[in-house]
Amino acid sequence: MLRILHGLPGLFAVVFLATLAVTGSILALAPALDRAGAVVPPAGDVSVAQMAGRVVSNYPGTEQIVRDLSGQVVVYYSRDGQAGANRVNPVTGERLGAYQPSAFFVWIRDLHRSFLLDTPGRMVAGISAALMLLICLSGMVLLARRSGGWRALMRPLAGTGSKRVHAEIARLAVLGLLLSALTGSFLSAQRFGLLPEVSDPGPGFPAKVSGGQPRPVDQLQALSEVDLNDLRELVFPYPDDPQDVYSLTTTGGSGFVDQATGELLQFQPRSTGSVVQQWIMRLHTGEGLWWLGLILGVAALGVPALSVTGAIIWWQRRRSSVQVQDNVTVAEADVVVLVGSEAGATWGFTRALQTELTKAGFRVHCAEMNALAHSYPRAAMLFVLTSTYGDGDAPASARQFMTRLRDFRAGSALKYAVLGFGDRQFPNFCQFALEADEALAGKGLSRIQPVELIDRCSAARFSEWGDRLGTAIGTPLSLSHDPVPPRTFRLELAQRVDYGLAVQAPTSILRFRLADAGQGWRSWFFRARRHSLPAFEAGDLLGILPPQEGQDARFYSLASSASEGVFEICVRKQPGGLCSGYLHGLKPGDSVEAFIRQNPGFRPATGTVPVILIGAGAGIGPLTGFIRKNTARNPMYLYWGGRSANSDFLYQPELGHYLKDRRLTGLSTAFSRSDERAYVQDRLRQDERALRKLVETGAQVLVCGGRDMAAGVKQVFEEILQPLRLEVDDLRVQGRYLEDVY
Amino acid sequence: MKKILLALGLAVSVALPALAQAREVTFTTELLDYGGDGAYMALYLTDASGAYRGTLWVAGKKSKYYKHLSGWARGSRLDPAEYDGLTGASITSGRTLKITLDLDDALIDSGHEVRVDTAVEDMRDNRADVAVPLTTEGAGKPVSGRGYVRSFRYDF
Ligand SMILES: Cc1cc2nc3c(=O)[nH]c(=O)nc-3n(C[C@H](O)[C@H](O)[C@H](O)COP(=O)(O)OP(=O)(O)OC[C@H]3O[C@@H](n4cnc5c(N)ncnc54)[C@H](O)[C@@H]3O)c2cc1C
Ligand SMILES: Cc1cc2nc3c(=O)[nH]c(=O)nc-3n(C[C@H](O)[C@H](O)[C@H](O)COP(=O)(O)O)c2cc1C
Repeated sequence: MLRILHGLPGLFAVVFLATLAVTGSILALAPALDRAGAVVPPAGDVSVAQMAGRVVSNYPGTEQIVRDLSGQVVVYYSRDGQAGANRVNPVTGERLGAYQPSAFFVWIRDLHRSFLLDTPGRMVAGISAALMLLICLSGMVLLARRSGGWRALMRPLAGTGSKRVHAEIARLAVLGLLLSALTGSFLSAQRFGLLPEVSDPGPGFPAKVSGGQPRPVDQLQALSEVDLNDLRELVFPYPDDPQDVYSLTTTGGSGFVDQATGELLQFQPRSTGSVVQQWIMRLHTGEGLWWLGLILGVAALGVPALSVTGAIIWWQRRRSSVQVQDNVTVAEADVVVLVGSEAGATWGFTRALQTELTKAGFRVHCAEMNALAHSYPRAAMLFVLTSTYGDGDAPASARQFMTRLRDFRAGSALKYAVLGFGDRQFPNFCQFALEADEALAGKGLSRIQPVELIDRCSAARFSEWGDRLGTAIGTPLSLSHDPVPPRTFRLELAQRVDYGLAVQAPTSILRFRLADAGQGWRSWFFRARRHSLPAFEAGDLLGILPPQEGQDARFYSLASSASEGVFEICVRKQPGGLCSGYLHGLKPGDSVEAFIRQNPGFRPATGTVPVILIGAGAGIGPLTGFIRKNTARNPMYLYWGGRSANSDFLYQPELGHYLKDRRLTGLSTAFSRSDERAYVQDRLRQDERALRKLVETGAQVLVCGGRDMAAGVKQVFEEILQPLRLEVDDLRVQGRYLEDVY
Repeated sequence: MKKILLALGLAVSVALPALAQAREVTFTTELLDYGGDGAYMALYLTDASGAYRGTLWVAGKKSKYYKHLSGWARGSRLDPAEYDGLTGASITSGRTLKITLDLDDALIDSGHEVRVDTAVEDMRDNRADVAVPLTTEGAGKPVSGRGYVRSFRYDF
């Protein structure tokens, strides 16, 4: 719902919003340009009387002097019957140049205000501003939800590709956009009479003036008491009219000055309403606040980028989302199916279940786990189908489930069953499904049948589960869903570097290229196809299909990103290992079938917080990839463990190079089969105090490699964190302790 | 003052029977291509000593900008009764405003002056952009303004 609220207005108003934003950011330059051209003496140096005297000596026909909020002083005068306007130096009264509002800026402003369409255009601009407000607010809530709370908004963001870019830009720009949208909507609402507008009529013209001999303007008492920097406008009396007066407007209010006595008449302070009104205007235009203007301008430039990335996200979601058919509402449903999924595989199974249940006459409501309702008034059965991600964590569509479950009121008749989807290659197999099952039991619900776990989307196991369920509910169900295998592509081994043979830990760095990119038209064709490959970054996974029939894909952590044009992985040969053995037997030119699995949860933080990288053996692959990408030279420390510096020191030359050009701040190695007989955990323990300091300054920890190493590292970190009264889990919740473990 | 206002009031009031000495006068104000937003204008009469006597027309609907028409604003004190029923839309750059009013004969050839104040957002205000005596002789003769007015004339 919120997502629709966020996306739909954007989709409809994108042209208008982008126009408003681009013109707005051009207009935002005006206050800074004006300020740069203005002469502003220090407060207390020049009075209005002094300034007016000097101006009049240069411009005897002065009619009006205006000082705008940027400090620019403009004199309106008449000479030989012709009117003129010049910018003047208020200290000397001399001309700085003609005052000619730039036709370009006027045009841009009209485009911004009304799309050059006058009143209907103004209405569209006003509605667009209101939509922008809606988009900003809903976007903030969405982002906070996604990052896990409002305070998490300040932390490094997870995600890949457009999603990540969209969130990063939004986070930087949202406050500026909110201010612009809020003030813009306000001004527009006033313009169309939806909100009252404060107007300060100013004081009435004085009933009586002295009518005496006028004095020169620089000798008028009331004007010598006003500092130039407080002046807004001084209107001169009509020439040769002794009954006329000066009109004076200052930042504090307005009144009149008798041209003979120099007395201030009828002064009326500015009303609070008008001060507020003016501030709203200034906060929108940045007038006299050049720095705010520039901030707002830069924020506005984010809008076109947000529109494009937003549209891409919407398109991707549309393509991948499964349209739920025959879905009944929460109030009507007698069966509820909740789905936890990250990449969408679990949705396929859900659809099969929903179709079967509907066929059997049930009224089924199907939704993501994050959309758990407060209660399901008529439901008798609740099914939860969920995958597991990260390191036994909830997938994207289930991240709010546990929190929402706290407010859930289950009717006494409601029974449930959980089906977990996962992969035994990961250490915490279907962990989240198990936790969801426990949590529901903890709410006092009873099970239809015990939780079951499905490894690697096995269609057979799913079908068996359906049979058992059918028996349990007394309605036979025949569930069949054979998930489409991931779209694979052929990779060709371009280069391999072998390490570790001497220490019985054969590990190779393998660099693949997209195969078939031959000569002539074929290379064009395949180069074009390359663009349809999923984007990937270091830390994502490369799935490799072993050549043997019926074998599941094995995952390898990528050390390169798509922009480098190669797929680089680091593979340790397992004794008797099917896939690792196959990979180690490859010669340059041989090819493999592979696919990409994104792993956005394993990424170093952007920004300037220190990053501590820890790995052993082949786990160094993605870590080296992160260092390679660290062209911003953020502090990065690498702790790595191998067997022998002479044999399996992976990436040794490259790491030396990164140390030299400061992409890598510090490197600490441990070798278990050398004299030191040390493990990476020992190195961490040695640097305990330094590491604790780094964590205190907000450092992020990334661990990659085998599960035994990871368990050891976690143990050491618990010790390091103890004096800070922190646990690894606390860091984990903040996205500051990430693992890629196998 | 009252009497003149009454006479000026004839311009729009059909309720009052036309005075025998009333005359139909057309004021034509053509603007320059100054290239800004719509101009606010006030056409008004002053007496021989330059004092405000009454409003002929105000172009521009938003009274919050009226203070920029400073000569007229002073004279009329921006009292809505002074311009009630005598307002219209602001005039776009390069366009012409034509208004026809019934004026008391006594106002012609008696030292009264027609003045036009003009103002455009973010551009200068022109007090007395045009100031011409209202005389039989001057009728039909265009004069140029000092600010945004390219030419101004009245005919009767
Ligand atoms: C998320 C993820 C990322 C991974 N990244 C990498 C990587 O970057 N580099 C890399 O070399 N491997 C990585 N792996 C492990 C890889 O996917 C395979 O599990 C590994 O190569 C073994 O596959 P195999 O077919 O050769 O062995 P199999 O034929 O499946 O098994 C053969 C023998 O090896 C043992 N074995 C299997 N896996 C492991 C293991 N991880 N540790 C110790 N013994 C094992 C088995 O118990 C068995 O005795 C990753 C795994 C996951 C889940
Ligand atoms: C980065 C990553 C981490 C994963 N972590 C786990 C895990 O800890 N435990 C598990 O059982 N499965 C894990 N899996 C496997 C997924 O749960 C499994 O592929 C599931 O079918 C995905 O379903 P979905 O597409 O609906 O999200 C992981 C997959 C990826 C790509």
